[in-house]
Parts: sequence; structure tokens; C-alpha cells
Amino acid sequence: MVDTTWRRVARSRIAVAAAPGSPRVRLLSSAVILGVIVLAVIVVPAVVNLNQQFVDLAAANRPPSLAHPFGTDELGRDVLLRCIYGLRVSLMVGIVAAVVSTVLGTLVGVLAGAAGGWVDRLLMRAVDTVASVPHLLLGVVIVAVLGPSLTSVVISISLTHWLSSARIVRSEILSLRGRPFVDAAIAGGSSRLRVMGRHLLPNVAPQVLLATTLMIPHAVWHETALSFLGLGMPPHMASIGNMINDAQRSLLTGGWWMSLAPGLMLVVATLAISGLSGVWRDRLNPRRRSELSW
Amino acid sequence: MSGTGVTSGIGKLVLRRLLFAVPVLLVVSFGLFVLAKASPFNPVERYFGVRIIGADPERVAQIRENWGVDKPVVEQYTAWLGHAVTGDFGDSLSLQQPVAQVIGDRLGWSMLLLAVSFGLALLLGLALGTLAAWRQGGWLDRAITSGSYVLEAAPVFWLGLGALFIFAQQLQWLPGGGLTDADQALDLGQLVRHLVLPAAVLAISQAPWFALFVRQNLLESLTQDYVTGARARGLPDRTVVLRHALRTSLLPFITLLGARLPELISGALLVETVFSWPGIAKATVDAALNVDFALLGGLTLLATAAVLLGNLIADVLYALADPRVGFDG
Repeated sequence: MVDTTWRRVARSRIAVAAAPGSPRVRLLSSAVILGVIVLAVIVVPAVVNLNQQFVDLAAANRPPSLAHPFGTDELGRDVLLRCIYGLRVSLMVGIVAAVVSTVLGTLVGVLAGAAGGWVDRLLMRAVDTVASVPHLLLGVVIVAVLGPSLTSVVISISLTHWLSSARIVRSEILSLRGRPFVDAAIAGGSSRLRVMGRHLLPNVAPQVLLATTLMIPHAVWHETALSFLGLGMPPHMASIGNMINDAQRSLLTGGWWMSLAPGLMLVVATLAISGLSGVWRDRLNPRRRSELSW
Repeated sequence: MSGTGVTSGIGKLVLRRLLFAVPVLLVVSFGLFVLAKASPFNPVERYFGVRIIGADPERVAQIRENWGVDKPVVEQYTAWLGHAVTGDFGDSLSLQQPVAQVIGDRLGWSMLLLAVSFGLALLLGLALGTLAAWRQGGWLDRAITSGSYVLEAAPVFWLGLGALFIFAQQLQWLPGGGLTDADQALDLGQLVRHLVLPAAVLAISQAPWFALFVRQNLLESLTQDYVTGARARGLPDRTVVLRHALRTSLLPFITLLGARLPELISGALLVETVFSWPGIAKATVDAALNVDFALLGGLTLLATAAVLLGNLIADVLYALADPRVGFDG
């Protein structure tokens, strides 16, 4: 008996299928969704002003309707509008923190990979050490030290999320160091700095950029988790984590839309970002197609 | 390899891992110590609170002296370390209890939640991942894979609130939080009823990652020659997938169990908060809000030790499961 699985496997030796849908479909849908989100996040705040302290108790706790697609919260504020503002804050924090953490990781990775020897061993031990501390807990400690604020959230994410890019950059540098063009540059009398700047760094740049975009969803989750615990953004500020935190109370009186909406926005946005960077990653390393770092 | 060889090999592995764990714990604790010192919050002022305004300056100076806050950081650290090795992690400022006692009261509940959800996530991930790979490209595979991506993107506390709303608030099937119903004594039935929701939510948020990993590895195994060989011998599909392909693809899975522990602990912190589970999460958040570094440091060190232990167990299991793996790698 020849079953269908076997036939399919026999037909293509490379049975490692990518995520559902063809790359083209994934690319297009992710790009369109992300485009809409980015546009909304940029345009809406410019057109409709959200007064963070606005209170209209007459319009409080309204379920979703035409006037308020995601309903209103316990103070009568439009949930959709606050979601867009919140997503803006969360995405901004996520992007800034992802860039800072990747820069930090790249510095460590380049230093470890290029210096080798005890510097490399020491730095990689440091990476292992930080990796042994659960990152949310370490983030909480850092916020506790600095006091909850936007800056300390960004610092907290950056200091806990640089490990993966440090590892990626180090291994890239190590594999590049043995290439003939690097030998040629050294033989041609290039200084260490020149080899680094002209030959090594430009070659790791695509991987670094990719690591940055892959980091954005993680950074956003970290921000929302901290805000949800009450250790993140200032309480009055609309951010996804703050909104879900505030909505907990209304949940018990039946106000499901107040927690559903911000979470849904976050899921859609992060799926679009990781979908887009996933397609990019498959193009960049076709042989290392993996779905785990999605 | 003979039986004694394996045992001594594992002994060496454990020893080496422990030798790595000691400096890690030292560095982490020292790092936490320096962070606490770098904090702009003054522990003596926190201790007094508003009473510092009318407090006797001599008494303040006395406490500063007693606590040694003006000594060099290294000296303070060695003093703390000397106590820590005997199990004395100082007193929690916010709860006015010894840190060891605060943690001891809560650790069991957190471990229970962690263990149950880890087991559940593992089973779910294995089953779904195997199903998806077996039916690769079919609707089942697509449903499992897309569902996994969506769940991976959803914050665990959001899933928890959803479960809370549906099962506790609307359907009223299960209690919405805590350890027992109001005015009820703690017994097994109560405990199980209250554990179901948090454990299920944590498991469901962790399972997608396991499922995707099993699927990926199983798909790679299915293209191997020995699988083709097994099929050529006419073995039934079930045997080929479960006994031949799955067994080999599970090996890398074991090491990942250890690597997943930090994520699990982070998730547990959030789930415990949603369901007001009496574990270490609330103490952690309170410690952070009250700048209670003794407690926060103790909790962080404990979690780090747990992660190191998890990695060690994963390594030992891996070495036991795969005889090809040397014990010196």
C-alpha cells in the first residue's frame, strides 16, 4: 500500500515545507496588512487627536457598534482609536528596542568573532550567563532599578534581547574569516580596521538587518508583558499592554471587547511583521529554512 | 559502552555543568547586586517611608551603619554571599519576612503549575507536530501550522484573559483564580479545579513551538534513507512514522526542553498574575514595584538556578538517549 505521504515525500526530496501558503501569498498578505497598520498608526493620530485623560461616562462600556467598531471602555473612550494609539506606542518601543539590542548584539558578536581567543570565550560565556536568566524576570529587575518609564522599558528590552544577534553575528564572522577574500585583503596589507569595515561588516549587514526585524515582535511582546504587569508604560498612556491590563476589571462585568481588541491588533501586527521577515529570511538563507524563529 | 562507563561519563558531565553553574550564579548575583546599588532608590529611606521626615537622624545613621550601605560594593557583596550560602538571603523589605521564607511559601505552587503545564505542552506539541508532519500539506497540517503561528503571536496573558472570560465568567465551568473557592478548605478536588485553567493556558501558549519543532524535524527524518528502507520493507505507515522517523527526530527535542525553560518561567509569571495563582509571580511584581531588591534578587537567582538545572537534566537525558553522544562534548 502506497499512501499519500510517501508519494509526496518521494516526489520531492526536500520535504521541508515552508509556512502555510506560498511565499508569494505570504509576502503579499503580510505586506498589505502591515502597510494598512503602518498607515493607520501614522495617519490616524495626525487626524484624530486622542485625549488620554478624556472621560465621557455617558458613553462608557458600550459594546461594539457602527459608531465604535471595538466599543468603548469604562471611561467612554473609543477602543479602536486607543488601540491604534497603543499599537503606535508599542511598535515604536519595539522598533527602537529591537534596533538598540541588535546593535549591542552586533558589537559583541563582531568583537568575539574577530578577536577570537580568550575574548571570544569570555564574551560567549557572558552570553550564556545572561541567557540563563529568564528574560522577563531580568527585564523586571532592570525596570525596578530604573523605575517604570518608557526609557527604562526600552533599556530593559535591549539588555535582555541582544543575545541572539550576538550569536548570529559571531558565527557569521567566524565563517567569513576563513574566506579567501579576507586572506587576500590581509595579504594586500589592509589594516585590521579596514578588513573589519570593508570586508566583514558589509557581509554580515543583511543578517543583522534580518535579525533586527525578527526581533521586533519579541520586543513588542516584552513591552506588553511589562506593561501588563504594571511595570511598563505610564498608566495613563495607551499602550497595548496597559489597555489589556486596564480591561481586566471590565472583563468581570462582561466587557470582553476591551481586552479582545488590543490583543487582536497585536497578533495581526506581529504576524504581519514576522511573516514578512520570514519570507525575507528564506530568501537570504534558502538552505536554513526553519519555522521556529518565526 | 559498558554500564559503568556510562555512569562515570554522566558523573563527569554533571560535574562539568555544575562547575559552569557556580560562576554563572556568582556573576548573576553580583550583577544583580551592582544593579541594586546603581538604583537611585535608597533602601534606608524606603525602610522609613514617610517617617523619615521626623525620624531621629541618629537612628537613621544607626540603621545605615547596621545595614552597611556605606561600605564598598564588593565588601557588601561578600557579606551577602556569606549569608546566602547558608540559605539566608536577607529580609524582604516589602513583606517584612525573610526572603527564604517568602520564596519557600510560594515556590511549591509555582513548581506545580510549571510541571503540569510543561508536561501538557510537551504532549500536545508531540501529538500535533507528529500529526501535522504525517499529513503534510493536507488540511490538518495547515490547520495545525497556522494555528501554531497565531498562538505563537498571541501574548499568553491575553489568552489567559480570554479563557477566564469564556470558561469562568460566561460558562462558569471552572473557577477564575486563586487556589480554593471562598471559605473552602484546600483539598485535591479544589486544587485540580483551580489548576485546570492556568495550566491549560500556559501549556497551549507553549505547545505551538514544540509542535512546529517536531513537525520540522519529523519532515526531515521522513526523507532519510532508513525511512525509505523501512517503507521498502513494507512496514505499515504507522510503524514507519512512529517507530522509525519520530524516534530519531526526538533526539534534538530533548536538548530543547532545557532551552525552553526560561520562556516557560516567563510565561508562568504572566499566567500566575492573570489567575492570581499563589506562586512567586505576585511576590516578583510586588518586589519590583516596591524596589525590594533582596526579594527580587533571591527570586532571580532561584529562576537562574532552575534554568541551569533544567539544562543539566536535558543534557543527561540526551546522553542517555543517544549512545553516539560522547560525554565530553
